[in-house]
Amino acid sequence: MARINDVGGMTGFGVIDTTDDAEPFHADWEARVFALQRALLVKKIFNLDEFRDAVETMPPQEYLAASYYERWFHAIRTLLERKGVIGEGALDDD
Amino acid sequence: MSGTDTHDDAVISRQVRRLESLLEEKGIVGGDTVDEVIDGFLAGASPVNGAKVTARAWTDPAYRERLLADGTAAVGELGFSSGGVQKQRLRVVENTAGTHNIIVCTLCSCYPLRLLGPSPGWYKSEAYRSRVVRDPRGVLADFGVTLPESVDITVWDSSAETRYMVLPRRPAGTDDLSEEELAGLVTRNGLIGTAVL
Repeated sequence: MARINDVGGMTGFGVIDTTDDAEPFHADWEARVFALQRALLVKKIFNLDEFRDAVETMPPQEYLAASYYERWFHAIRTLLERKGVIGEGALDDD
Repeated sequence: MSGTDTHDDAVISRQVRRLESLLEEKGIVGGDTVDEVIDGFLAGASPVNGAKVTARAWTDPAYRERLLADGTAAVGELGFSSGGVQKQRLRVVENTAGTHNIIVCTLCSCYPLRLLGPSPGWYKSEAYRSRVVRDPRGVLADFGVTLPESVDITVWDSSAETRYMVLPRRPAGTDDLSEEELAGLVTRNGLIGTAVL
């Protein structure tokens, strides 16, 4: 079954905002998520295919509602919880 | 952009900080590592790198041939890696009088970061990813580019293993320019294929 990320050829995503958006990160946390992903790959806590799979298997509604780095953070958290590196819900507010 | 900004930045920043502390406590990711990775990425990834490769290909026919035959090896000659943390192959596709190339990653956002710099928001958006493979001429028009009907357009969809970079056509009237001056004419969108130089 196609996953929600497989959007090639689909219609309905609206117009392309062609603004030349050169800013790589729009908030400090986005940069930190980016760097954590690289660091965890280097440490072989997960590999890139597992990471990509964790993004792509997000529930479609969550995937579409999430920003780019929110998807990354979701994937990191999912993999770390699944592998027992952090406890379930360890990052949530008390 | 993908998604919307309806989420609370404060919540996610708090969660990210908590994750950093946990990983540091467990000795998995050191305290300074995150800052080092960010600084290293921002210093090393730039369209200036892709521009240097392009200008070399324009001025050195033998290099151009090597670049088109094996992009990974040829950018390596200039000191650039094409991969990220895991090895990826770089394929360079050349614009000619009869063919224009555009790159996309319909599945996510694969992109030769080192050569093109951080990708623009639109490259990662569902709007671009879904439509450029179906209506490349329409997408080019959105970017203000109109090509004659006689020009074929080829769209290259990146994968986990292969990244693409467009080798733009050298603008007319630039015979007297130095390699460095030529590099100054190359834009990031030119290397993606959403601009002509």
